[in-house]
Amino acid sequence: MLDTLMLSRIQFAANSSFHILFPTITIALGWILFYFKLRHDQTDNPVWMRAYRFWVKVFALTFALGVVSGITMSFQFGTNWPGYMETVGNIAGPLLGYEVLTAFFLEATFLGIMLFGINRVPSKVHTFSAFIVAVGTTLSAFWILSLNSWMHTPTGFEMRDGVAHATSWLEVIFNPSFPYRFTHMLIASGLTAAFFVAGLSAYRILKGDHKQAPRLTLKTGLVIAAVLAPIQAYVGDLHGLNTLEHQPQKIAAMEGVWETERGAPLLLFAIPYEEQRTNHFEIAIPKLASLILTHDADGEIVGLNDFDGDHPPVRPIFFGFRLMVGMGLLMIAVAWTGCYFLRRRGELPEWMLKVVVGMTFSGWVATLAGWYVTEIGRQPWLVTGVLSTADAVTPLAAGNVGFSLALYLSIYVILMWAYVHTLRVMARKAVEVEEFETTTPQKEGTITNLPGAAEEGAA
Amino acid sequence: MTPETMTFNDWLPVIFIGIMGLAVLIYAVLDGYDLGVGILLPMQDEDELQRDTMIASIGPFWDANETWLVLAIGILLIAFPAALSQIMLSLYIPVAIMLIGLILRGVAFDFRAKAAVDHKLTWDRVFKGGSLLTTLSQGYMLGQYVMGFESGWQAQMFSLLSALGVTAAYSYIGAAWLVMKTESDLQKRAVQWTRKAGRATLLGVLAVSLINPLVNPGVFDRWFTYPLVMFVLLIPTLTFAGFVVNDRLLKRLPKENDRHCRVPFFLTVGIFLLCFSGLAFSFFPDIIPGELDIWAAASAPESLKFILVGAVIVVPLILAYTAFSYYVFWGKATELKYH
Repeated sequence: MLDTLMLSRIQFAANSSFHILFPTITIALGWILFYFKLRHDQTDNPVWMRAYRFWVKVFALTFALGVVSGITMSFQFGTNWPGYMETVGNIAGPLLGYEVLTAFFLEATFLGIMLFGINRVPSKVHTFSAFIVAVGTTLSAFWILSLNSWMHTPTGFEMRDGVAHATSWLEVIFNPSFPYRFTHMLIASGLTAAFFVAGLSAYRILKGDHKQAPRLTLKTGLVIAAVLAPIQAYVGDLHGLNTLEHQPQKIAAMEGVWETERGAPLLLFAIPYEEQRTNHFEIAIPKLASLILTHDADGEIVGLNDFDGDHPPVRPIFFGFRLMVGMGLLMIAVAWTGCYFLRRRGELPEWMLKVVVGMTFSGWVATLAGWYVTEIGRQPWLVTGVLSTADAVTPLAAGNVGFSLALYLSIYVILMWAYVHTLRVMARKAVEVEEFETTTPQKEGTITNLPGAAEEGAA
Repeated sequence: MTPETMTFNDWLPVIFIGIMGLAVLIYAVLDGYDLGVGILLPMQDEDELQRDTMIASIGPFWDANETWLVLAIGILLIAFPAALSQIMLSLYIPVAIMLIGLILRGVAFDFRAKAAVDHKLTWDRVFKGGSLLTTLSQGYMLGQYVMGFESGWQAQMFSLLSALGVTAAYSYIGAAWLVMKTESDLQKRAVQWTRKAGRATLLGVLAVSLINPLVNPGVFDRWFTYPLVMFVLLIPTLTFAGFVVNDRLLKRLPKENDRHCRVPFFLTVGIFLLCFSGLAFSFFPDIIPGELDIWAAASAPESLKFILVGAVIVVPLILAYTAFSYYVFWGKATELKYH
């Protein structure tokens, strides 16, 4: 039987995993939309507007899922982790508060204008709203990643009577792992949105869409991915080095290093066995792990056995890390191949379109795998060295948590199905009908299949 | 503690309970009307166009409206973590149910517009059901709060009554919103809804106002102490007058040229404001009635000061661009196009 701690951890993991999928898309998609709108303002080419109008609908749907799952998250701290707020509430509270104050209202209000205001505000105000929404999503990421990073590498505080008090807010916000984690996550969002846009556009083309807009967005997605993917590899490496400095046990688990050694090999594959404290079926490249992590082929990497059991579970981190890196390499390969075809032939062959469709949600896989590595890698701590996860959990009966967990899980399964299904319906519909019936976007041009315009658009 | 001897650090919890109260009040009004619109959604086949208009009337706003709930919870989390832990422990299941309701209605709003046509009715049902679930659980939680989180049958009965009362109140403000934002047949329908919901709300308010001082002796003493009683009884008097005036006016709506179509909504906002002041007056400075006051529950002054700086700058800005958004979408919802 699962206890309250395990159930609460599963519930929080389920909530945050489900939640992060949507902001990961919208943070970067907001900027991509702003780019579409800006290009339209500059060139007056209606194709940009068509691209904008299709993707703004996708954005609205994705954003709504992010909002509702985010509200659930904000309640979780209080409902399941009272020890968290009691111990580090003085730090976590203001950071969360600034996220609500500076980001949430901004996004929500200007998204309303962006979605419904086309006939009511001048084009410039509309473009400005798209800009503000993008700024809002990014600000939101700034605050929440600052708090998350602080939980990994807490600085700028002192403990008084078992409660954390801030001594320097600058040190709290810009704690040592924050710049790396924030950059890594923003680029992850860029990659996720890029493959999402490219994948859905490729799907439209495969379904027989002869219009220009999906080709334009396919190209936009692939170019963004081709530029960001290698940068992400570099930033990820920097983030890893930062982790080695502050959380060496996490790196040891990622690399599957049990005994402290010099010239540690890079394990391409292995199955770690925690009871036997060894790996089986190793496929390794000699000395490469030391070279990557210490920039010295004979550099020393501290093994898991030197942490006296105070290290996270090894297997999920070991495999999660390989899944993330593998996904990243696949992204580079697909994005560059795609750009090569675009440059040589101006379009993708059918098999390549299928590959790009297959990569639509690749960003989700990599992002989740990465977050599992970093979050499980923090265990057994909730806030490194300050508060253990077990000490923060609610005293509620396991039955209550089991009940809410079952509710959330069933809702998430339904919603995920509905989301993917609806994206497909939207893409297929876009194959048949134009985003608006006039050649140039005019004030009265209505859009298909939306409240208030459902009937006109059905034709 | 008297106002003269209080230091700035003593005032901080008072300031934050003020901001939180403001957030809760704005939430009740704003999400109140959009939840109310959801509850009132007519589900017959021939009502589809009216459903479209009703949902279009809240389209640009619902998301920002819900954010006030996040702000209220955020402030409880930031400023009064001890109270939050205690409240969440007692209300774990109703909170989970409310969140499910909020999730369902939030996504239904977007799915109904984008899903295949044959699924639209299903999502409309989800929207209505989610709105009702959210409202009932909020009302239940309010009842539990007033009863000091007791689990006896009297407390349960009172909480159920409160759940119905809040449902009536949200329907009231939602219907009044529709009177303001719609035209012709739907507006006539909304006028009838407003009248009915108004009467139900009045019953709910009366019941809660009578039971609250009877079960909470502290509340009784506070309300019925001379000479304050002369002044504070203005609150129930004005509330009652608000209900009556609104009902009389609604009887004569819609008028020519749509005169006075906005009055019922703003009268209802006034009634919400009065009911809220009544509750606040009953319990201040306790954050958990009879158990925990705001000073005992408050977090560290340096954290409160840090967030106060932001709040002082940002909250007026939020109010300003919220006002801008309502200005942009001023007028009848039938003109609204989700572009």
